[in-house]
Amino acid sequence: MAMTKKTKNTLELTVIYAIIAVMFVIIFYPLLWALGLSLNPGTSLYGARMFPENWSFVHYEWLFFDPRSNYVQWYKNTLFVAFTTSLASTFFVSLVAYAFSRYRFVGRKYGLYAFLLLQMFPVLMAMVALFILLNIIGLLDSLWGLILIYVGGSIPMNAFLVKGYFDTIPRELDESAKIDGAGHFRIFFQIMLPLAKPILAVVALFNFMAPFMDFILPRIVLRSPENFTLALGLFNFVNDQFANNFTRFAAGAILVAVPIALIFLMLQRYLISGLTSGATKG
Amino acid sequence: MSSKNEQQNVANKKNNHNPTLATLLSVVPGIGQLYNRRYIKGSILFILFAAFIIAFYDFLNMGYWGLMTLGEIPRVDDSRVLLSQGIISLILTAFALTFYIANLIDARKDAKRIQEGWTIPSMREAFRDAWDKGFPYLLVGPGLFLLVFVVIFPLLFMVFIAFTNYSLYNSPPRHLLEWVGFDNFKALITMPIWRTTFLTVLSWTLIWTFIATTLQIGLAMFLAILVNDPRVKFKRLIRTVLILPWAVPAFVTIIIFTALFNDNFGAINREIIIPLFGEGIPWLSDPFWTKTALIMIQTWLGFPFVFALFTGVLQSISSDWYEAADIDGANRWQKFRNITFPHLMFATAPLLIMQYAGNFNNFNIIYLFNQGGPAVRGQNAGGTDILISWVYGLTFETQNYNMAAAISIILGLMVAGFAFFQFRRTRSFKEEGNY
Repeated sequence: MAMTKKTKNTLELTVIYAIIAVMFVIIFYPLLWALGLSLNPGTSLYGARMFPENWSFVHYEWLFFDPRSNYVQWYKNTLFVAFTTSLASTFFVSLVAYAFSRYRFVGRKYGLYAFLLLQMFPVLMAMVALFILLNIIGLLDSLWGLILIYVGGSIPMNAFLVKGYFDTIPRELDESAKIDGAGHFRIFFQIMLPLAKPILAVVALFNFMAPFMDFILPRIVLRSPENFTLALGLFNFVNDQFANNFTRFAAGAILVAVPIALIFLMLQRYLISGLTSGATKG
Repeated sequence: MSSKNEQQNVANKKNNHNPTLATLLSVVPGIGQLYNRRYIKGSILFILFAAFIIAFYDFLNMGYWGLMTLGEIPRVDDSRVLLSQGIISLILTAFALTFYIANLIDARKDAKRIQEGWTIPSMREAFRDAWDKGFPYLLVGPGLFLLVFVVIFPLLFMVFIAFTNYSLYNSPPRHLLEWVGFDNFKALITMPIWRTTFLTVLSWTLIWTFIATTLQIGLAMFLAILVNDPRVKFKRLIRTVLILPWAVPAFVTIIIFTALFNDNFGAINREIIIPLFGEGIPWLSDPFWTKTALIMIQTWLGFPFVFALFTGVLQSISSDWYEAADIDGANRWQKFRNITFPHLMFATAPLLIMQYAGNFNNFNIIYLFNQGGPAVRGQNAGGTDILISWVYGLTFETQNYNMAAAISIILGLMVAGFAFFQFRRTRSFKEEGNY
């Protein structure tokens, strides 16, 4: 009897490890292929290998040194959009969320409903109008136009998340500060904001990463190649009907994916706790 | 300020101060406040009112004219610009009306308080009071402004476009747009090609949302429970690897998958399918196989997030529960059904519902993988288009703006219905009354 229990135990563990091993293969297969593609010297899929024998860095070199390549410029654009969006939307979101969490004012309740509703509408639904709007105010094909849409679109969902977090901070804190004579701005900047740091970091990070991942808004807003963001520029490598260049795409993509994935893995614990606290407590 | 005299006057007038008169006087904003002897507030309101009328009279006039007619002279009047001015006029009017009503209420409230013998606050107090009351609006203001112009205005624009005849063959500035009522919606139901396409796309959207999301949640739950087994070693490493697909930007992996699933040169046919079965699968040229591939890829992309969520919850379930269950002689399935599953669902339900909503509008994967294709005969959407990617195609490829907008409205109504369902479950709204 004891023997069978032990065998059963080993057998079970083996099955568990086998399943995990299969998952590892499924996860690494496309990722290794991405790396392999980027090292293949040719430009076509035909003949590409996961582990090319005559591997080379030609595609990486092309990205950085070829005069026709805008890659470095795209990287700069994306970083610019990411930093600005992240800063601006964290700022606006914290103002809005604080008002909704701590003050009672006309329209508050309907405002909350509106936010919940609006966060489910993808900005994409209104693409025609956005296109025309940016055209009228002269921000088409401009990074500022893109930033404007990112910041505005990030407000409903993030404000909800941050409001949920503010709600968990005891009201006694700001009320006693008020009794001590602290003004509205002082309470907000010196007491509430520092306490909300964890969730603000989550919001900042989400908004920083979005421009690295999104290709569709840039596609609608940006026209000239020197204004492209990384995702859009790389997408055009494979979208071109006559020269879809998966290997060059892979090289460019690796240089985006590696830093993003590293930041992500380092901070994922905070991301998840931020999301769950926003959703369950919020 | 001669506040002493004022107080004297107010005390004398105390009983015959008339709230109704104050409200009526405030039909011109500020006058009622002047009657209430709040001179500064009154003059500020009056100046704002006058400034609004002077600054926006022409704009509003033009805006409403444009909204009604959509322009009269082709090539001179651009219906799109007129329409956007009209919508901005509507938004401005809505703000002005809110302000106007607030002004009436304010005049009435002050007058009532004066009638009851209230002394008018000094200028300092009044300012302080205004600052306290106005502060939340100051906080919300900038965000609201952005939201109105980047989210609400475009959505309204889309709603209006759905009732016009804006398409490739009738596009401004060369032509004028016209209001066509519900014609676009009627066409969607009555014209065979639109009806077939709409129904096919809608049913695939629902199937896609349901299968892809459920699979991704199911796989995540299975793996989270598996890895959480106390006998499993290297938990940290395993969890990190399982989260990798979430960490790599999705657009990168989707395009790599496009390369791997390529019918002729892709690694999946070349390295796996052909050696095993002798014949490749038409992943990108047969709708059924493209759908299969899409669901598999979305599961690959989407399970890590849910896995991470579930892992967090599993670690927080107290072991007392399981020990008690062991004493009662519960088997593994019973423990899962009565302890693990309810815990997981309770803590993450809102986020899981958002996963369904996310896939319903998951434009990226559909478009990046195969641009909604392959093409299918007898309908004007690709074989794997979901509603949102169909709208994209209608907008930017065939320029059927009116139909795209009409479909967007239907899409929006579905999302709104779903959101309403979500409201009632979200605890924050149930707890809203607590403070």
